[in-house]
Amino acid sequence: MDITLPRDLEAALAAAAAAPDATILAGGTDLMVGVNYHGVRPSAVVAIRRVAELQEWEDRFIGAGVTYRRLEAGPIPGLAQAARTVGSPQIRSAGTIGGNLGTASPAGDTLPFLAAVDASVVLRSTAGERVLRWDEFITGPKRNARGPGELIIGVRFPDRLPRRQAFAKIGVRSAMVIAIASCCVTRDEDGTTRVALGSVGPTPIRARRAEEMISAESRPTEATLTEFSRLVADEVRPITDHRSTAEYRRYASGVMARRLLERVLS
Amino acid sequence: MTTLVRPGIVGGVGTSLLRPDGIPKIKGEFAFSSDLEAEGMLWGATVRSPHPRARIVAIDAAPALAISGVRTVLTQDDVPGSGHFGLERPDQPVLAFGETRYWGQPVAIVAAEDHETARRAADAVRIEYEVLAPLVDPAEAVRLGSTFRTIEIRNGDPDAHGEIVVTGEYEVGMQDQAPLGTESGLAIPDGMGGVDLHIATQWLHADHEQVVAALGLPPDQIRLHNAGVGGAFGSREDISLQIHLCLLALRTGRPVKMVYDRAESFVGHVHRHPARMRYRHEADRDGTLVRVEADLVFDGGAYASTSSAVLANGCYFAVGPYRAKSVHITGASARTNNPTAGAMRGFGAPQPCFAYEAQMDRLAAALGMDPVALRLRNALGTGDRIPTTNQVIVGSLPTREVIESVAAMPLPDPETADDPRSLPGGTGLTTPPGAVRRGIGFAVGIKNLAFSESFDDFSEVRGVLTADGLELHTAACENGQGMVTVLEQIGRSASGLQRVTVVFADTSKIGSAGSTSASRQTQMTGGAALRAATAVREEALRRGGGDHLDDAGVWRGGRLVAPLAGLLGDGPIEHLERFRHPPTAKPDAFGRGDVHAGFVVAAHRAVVDVDPELGLVRVVRLDTAQDVGRALNPLSILGQIEGGIMQGVGLAVMEEIVLEGGVMKNASFTDYLLPTFLDAPQVEAILVEQPDHWGPFGAKGVGEPPTISSTAAVAAAIRDATGAPINRVPVRPQDIAFGSPESPVTSHQQAKSPRPRS
Ligand SMILES: Cc1cc2nc3c(=O)[nH]c(=O)nc-3n(C[C@H](O)[C@H](O)[C@H](O)COP(=O)(O)OP(=O)(O)OC[C@H]3O[C@@H](n4cnc5c(N)ncnc54)[C@H](O)[C@@H]3O)c2cc1C
Repeated sequence: MDITLPRDLEAALAAAAAAPDATILAGGTDLMVGVNYHGVRPSAVVAIRRVAELQEWEDRFIGAGVTYRRLEAGPIPGLAQAARTVGSPQIRSAGTIGGNLGTASPAGDTLPFLAAVDASVVLRSTAGERVLRWDEFITGPKRNARGPGELIIGVRFPDRLPRRQAFAKIGVRSAMVIAIASCCVTRDEDGTTRVALGSVGPTPIRARRAEEMISAESRPTEATLTEFSRLVADEVRPITDHRSTAEYRRYASGVMARRLLERVLS
Repeated sequence: MTTLVRPGIVGGVGTSLLRPDGIPKIKGEFAFSSDLEAEGMLWGATVRSPHPRARIVAIDAAPALAISGVRTVLTQDDVPGSGHFGLERPDQPVLAFGETRYWGQPVAIVAAEDHETARRAADAVRIEYEVLAPLVDPAEAVRLGSTFRTIEIRNGDPDAHGEIVVTGEYEVGMQDQAPLGTESGLAIPDGMGGVDLHIATQWLHADHEQVVAALGLPPDQIRLHNAGVGGAFGSREDISLQIHLCLLALRTGRPVKMVYDRAESFVGHVHRHPARMRYRHEADRDGTLVRVEADLVFDGGAYASTSSAVLANGCYFAVGPYRAKSVHITGASARTNNPTAGAMRGFGAPQPCFAYEAQMDRLAAALGMDPVALRLRNALGTGDRIPTTNQVIVGSLPTREVIESVAAMPLPDPETADDPRSLPGGTGLTTPPGAVRRGIGFAVGIKNLAFSESFDDFSEVRGVLTADGLELHTAACENGQGMVTVLEQIGRSASGLQRVTVVFADTSKIGSAGSTSASRQTQMTGGAALRAATAVREEALRRGGGDHLDDAGVWRGGRLVAPLAGLLGDGPIEHLERFRHPPTAKPDAFGRGDVHAGFVVAAHRAVVDVDPELGLVRVVRLDTAQDVGRALNPLSILGQIEGGIMQGVGLAVMEEIVLEGGVMKNASFTDYLLPTFLDAPQVEAILVEQPDHWGPFGAKGVGEPPTISSTAAVAAAIRDATGAPINRVPVRPQDIAFGSPESPVTSHQQAKSPRPRS
């Protein structure tokens, strides 16, 4: 197994181009579980932790190598709240937003926020750069559109982030738990509301009918809140597995979205 | 023999002496069994069945043997001797042959030059299976007569009935012991056909007996040595890799090491029995419990392990620490193709406790009575008879005192926490304070101490006086509970010597100490240590001709007459003591008899905050009063209480192995959820000291009671907060969110009172 330890982006891209099927290693918090428990045996590894360019965080761009530790302490409330729910302090010190995208698990905790704000994923290879919207990038459960030799460089946000943001995640343990369901709700001064949910479908899901309905309401009444909750529950596509049931996930999506809406309205 | 506590001893019984292994463990300096190494060592790995039930058609080791560095691949054909093991009966093959009976059953073992190669070799062994339909429903197994044991207990007046009737059905999921140290050990061949096995276990001699029988070796060819144990909780009572290691070492002539990873550990040991229980309680209007009927089905899984004894415990304690005039209990441990169940902290007592305590609360509600008052009215005490076995309680049993003590403890502030992490949902920020409802629940549990049903239960300790002080030699296993410390304390108080050390002896040097389980080592090995230390002291005083012994030597009338070394001129002072508790009997055909050596009770009160809409729970507080006989080391007891409560809380709200057709869906710490620090409730504990009749200084075992009723108390608190029926633990969010207050539990008055009311 070849392991390359590039120190800058150019070297990293060169290494990825030289071995297009190389596995990218960031914090390793997903990859090493694969190695230790699921028989993953990469033929070549490009370890990107030392690549300074990937650590950058400038206003509307977050480098792929930014850890949960930094996101948690950062200025974007929806993302900070999501980052705080990830794993343990050790995992949050090592795990990165780029890795969360690379894994593209339905339970990835940063993904509902990225979906809610319509973030884009910046990919680059020696051949050039591609910018894909989140729903072009995440193509299915643990599947994404990254091509051979491409690195995830980071995520880019639209010009302005919504003023109010709130995130919640359901698990039966108070910390360090994979989401049974998660949700991010954002709202702007003009009432524009976005609702994205995780762990209740093959990819993050936007509850667009609920968004449309509630965005038009300047002062939602009890009845509209109930209707909003019902629409969200209607739009998710959960499954039953060892963590929970489809029925509970659907129901809880509605409850959570309504509570988060109340949080961003208050 | 009367023994007095000697004045002037530091670190004798009754003090909160710190453990010698505590700081090294925290600093990472303690050597666990997984840290052992030997020159020229190979690594072993296990090939496991991917099917709960399948016929083994063919095993092809060639692809594994073709890998460079692979030294051997062994199957059941390579096992000499009986080839079988088992704690109650040797029903499990060392390696599966013919048919596999559970998911993850070992089918072959390999040894290779390094860990990675051994794992690759295990993956490379080609096994052809014919998949068969597994039997996974325990109720169906019982119907088919596929059981390890069935029990019927009848006691009291069969015609006695009460006016108020409460019935219910309850279920307990499969809990894992989840010790942080996985199974591991190192086998070193002695070059003369024998093996020294260094192993983390709970009972060296039981392992030894099974290893030599399975391999057909003379007992003195195999010696088992204690290696650092990373927790056990019952998971190390059964054989896991012991026989495999010895076999590989004998075959290769090289030391062999094995360490399970976490996923393998989940299939590598037995679990707590999942249970389904049907109950009917009848009481008089004044709250006197008249009649209890129960039917208990425990899923024993694929092999016998300790299923018979676990089921017996479940049935014997099916009524709880209460009197009842008439009892009818039926029980069965089912033989299925689920993972094998066996020993886990509480050993059959926590399952019925969850059910009978729910029943007591429902009875209280039906009677319009305070639940604490109902329990006090029926509380068992010394001189009463156990309602199932009819055994008279001879030792102490302060049921009333533990209930009253907990009930009198102050409740926490009714305000929910400001820190959002302390609300239900924790860091997930699901739950605003306004969505929280608080509940309070109460439960009491009872269990036997040490081994029962005529088992010859003993422990050996050899006391040896040296010029440096007293050594206590034992084969007992320190599982991290603090046994070494308490033995030293007992040795000091009994001998008068300050310098007391515990020496771990291998199986060739001393007889059995029995298992580190059943809450028994403080009483049993402690009892043997007390006798051995006392005997050493008496001989030292006799030889020295004095009246007082300390580290300097023997004194007479305040004058040193013989230094310690001087006492040994006529040969060593050594006393081997074998301690037995009062004998127990086999039950009669209806489960009656003096089957137990002693009893212990504890009471718990849980305070929970629940988000009823999302079904999320945070256990805020768990207070307890525990019957300890005599507190030999209060700090150690607190450690057992806090840890045991965490395991009880885990079973109440999150710890469950999820099975689908016999296959584990969550054999990892990603999805088998153990409580974290954020999930840990505050614990206040009261130790109720009423000396028992046979433990050293009146001590009782303290390891299991914290786990028995803490689960039931949490479930009761959730019911109190939500009105949901909560007939199953672990409680899942949907059980709370969707649980309708209309439950399958009913309470009613007898339609026709069988006896005319006066
Ligand atoms: C104990 C534990 C708890 C966890 N808890 C959570 C949780 O609560 N919520 C959650 O969402 N996740 C959780 N995870 C999963 C994991 O921590 C996250 O998905 C994390 O974001 C992965 O980041 P990483 O940097 O460690 O990625 P790695 O493991 O290094 O990589 C993950 C994948 O992404 C690819 N990759 C990484 N970076 C790039 C890049 N720049 N370009 C191209 N491909 C890349 C890798 O090749 C690999 O396929 C947990 C993991 C563990 C072990």
